Amino acid sequence: MASWIIGFVLLLLKMAVVLGVLLLLAAYLVWAERKLLARFQVRYGPNRAGKFGLLQPIADGIKMITKEDLMPDGADRFIFLLAPAVVAFTALLMFAVVPFGEEITLFGQNVPMVISDLNVGLLFIIALSSLGVYGVALGGWASNSKYSLLGGIRGAAQMISYELSLGLSLIPIVMIAGSLSLVDIVKAQQNVWFIFVQPVSFVIFLISAMAESKRIPFDIPEAENELGAGYHMEYSGMRFGLFFIGEYVHMQVLGALTAVFFLGGWQGPFLPAPVWLLIKIVMVALVMIWIRGTLPRLRYDQLMAIGWKVLVPAALINIVITGAVILII
Amino acid sequence: MSSAIEALKALAEGFGTTFKHLGRKPITEQYPEYKRPLPERTRARIVLTCDPGGDERCVACFLCSAACPVSCISMEAAERKKDGRRYAGWFRINFGRCIFCGLCEEACPTSAIQLTPDFEICKRDVLSMVYEKEDLQVNHGGKDREYNFYRYAGVVTLVRGKGEHVKETEPVNIRSNMP
Repeated sequence: MASWIIGFVLLLLKMAVVLGVLLLLAAYLVWAERKLLARFQVRYGPNRAGKFGLLQPIADGIKMITKEDLMPDGADRFIFLLAPAVVAFTALLMFAVVPFGEEITLFGQNVPMVISDLNVGLLFIIALSSLGVYGVALGGWASNSKYSLLGGIRGAAQMISYELSLGLSLIPIVMIAGSLSLVDIVKAQQNVWFIFVQPVSFVIFLISAMAESKRIPFDIPEAENELGAGYHMEYSGMRFGLFFIGEYVHMQVLGALTAVFFLGGWQGPFLPAPVWLLIKIVMVALVMIWIRGTLPRLRYDQLMAIGWKVLVPAALINIVITGAVILII
Repeated sequence: MSSAIEALKALAEGFGTTFKHLGRKPITEQYPEYKRPLPERTRARIVLTCDPGGDERCVACFLCSAACPVSCISMEAAERKKDGRRYAGWFRINFGRCIFCGLCEEACPTSAIQLTPDFEICKRDVLSMVYEKEDLQVNHGGKDREYNFYRYAGVVTLVRGKGEHVKETEPVNIRSNMP
C-alpha cells in the first residue's frame, strides 16, 4: 500500500517537473526565436523588457491573459472553445512517453525516468500528432470566417501529405530497435546513434516533422500574408496563447523525438541524462529556428508534391533496403 | 542529378547567408536613446518666428488660416498704437487636428509661421494639444533669419513712409509724369 502511494506521488512529481520545464522552455523558446530571427534579419529583437528582453515572455503572458476573449458571431461555441485546448493538450501529452533518463532507484523503488513507458509509445505519438490537427481543422471551421476555414482545410490537407512519410520514416528505426517503446529505442542506440545508421530516415523524419509543427517552410495553414493568420485568426487572448504554446511545445516534442529516434536520446558523456536530452531538444529547436529564418514558405501544391512524390517513395525504398540489410546480417 | 546538386548548393548558400547575418551588427536605430538628426525642412511642430529686431513677424493676415486644409489655425488681428503695425491679438493652433502639411508656411507672406523638425509632441490630454500664441512664439527667425517684412514690402506705417523701404524707388509724381 505504502509503495503504491510513493509511486503515485513520484508520478505526480515527474509530471509536474516535465510540465513545468516544458512550459518554461516554451516561453523562452519564443524569446529565443524572436531574438535569433531578429539577428538573422540584422535587427535587435525584443530588448526592452529586462536585460536582453529576458522578461519578454512574462510580459507576453500578462498581455495574453488580460486581453479580451472574443468570440465571433455565429461561431460554433463548443468547438471554438475546444480547439485550442486540443492543440495544446495533444502536444503536452506526447511528452508522456519521452524517456529522459535511465531507471533510478529511489526509496527502495525502481523509478523509470519516463512518465509512462508504453510498449506502443511510437504509435501513441503518431496517433497524438494526428489528433493535434483536429484542433487546427476544427478551430478553423468553428471560427465562422473564410480565412480561418481556408487555414483549417489547408491544415487537414497538409496532414495527409506528411503523416504517411512521418510514419514510414520511423519504420526502419523500429526494425532495427525491434521495439515500439521509446525507452527500448534509446537503449538500442547505446553504441551508435541511428542518425549514422539511417541518415535518409533522419532527413525524411525532420522534413515531415517540420511540416507537422506548421512552422515556416510549411506554415501553409497560417500563411500570414495570404490568410491573415489562418486557422487561429479569430482567436484572441489566452485562447490564441494556447495555440501558441501548443506550437512551441510541439517544437520541443519534435526535438525530443528527433533526439530519441536518431540522436541517442538521453545518452551522452559526463552530464546527467535529462540535461543531455534538454541539450539535444534545444539544438534541434535552434536548427528549426535557423530553417525558419532562411527558407520561404512552400506553395500548397509543392508541399503535396514533396510529400507524395519524394518523401513517401524514398521512405519506402529505405524500408526495403533496411529490411534487406537486416536479413543479410 | 545536376539539378539536385544545384538545389543543394542553393540551400547551402541560403543557410550560409543567414548564418553570416548572425554575426553582423544590427542596423536598427534605437529611438529614445538615439535620435536621428532630421533634415532642417522636416515638417513637424509649428512655431511663430520673429524679425531680426525682435518684433513678431505675424501680421495677422489670416492667409495661413485660410490655407489650412483642416482649419486648425485661428487668430484675431490687432494693430499696434505706436507705429500702426499689425499683429495677432491671439493666435491658436490645434495640434490635435494639424496634419503638418506645411501649406500655412507656404501661404505666409512674412515667413512668420514655420514648421520645425521637432515631432515629439504627443500628449495624453487632447486639450493640451491646443497651443496658444505664447506656446508657439520663438525668439529667432527660423529658416529665414534676415527677412523683415516691414523693411521690404511697401506698406506705409507710422515709422516708414512711401519710398523709404529697401530696394524701393521714389513714388512717381503723377503731375510731372505726363507723356
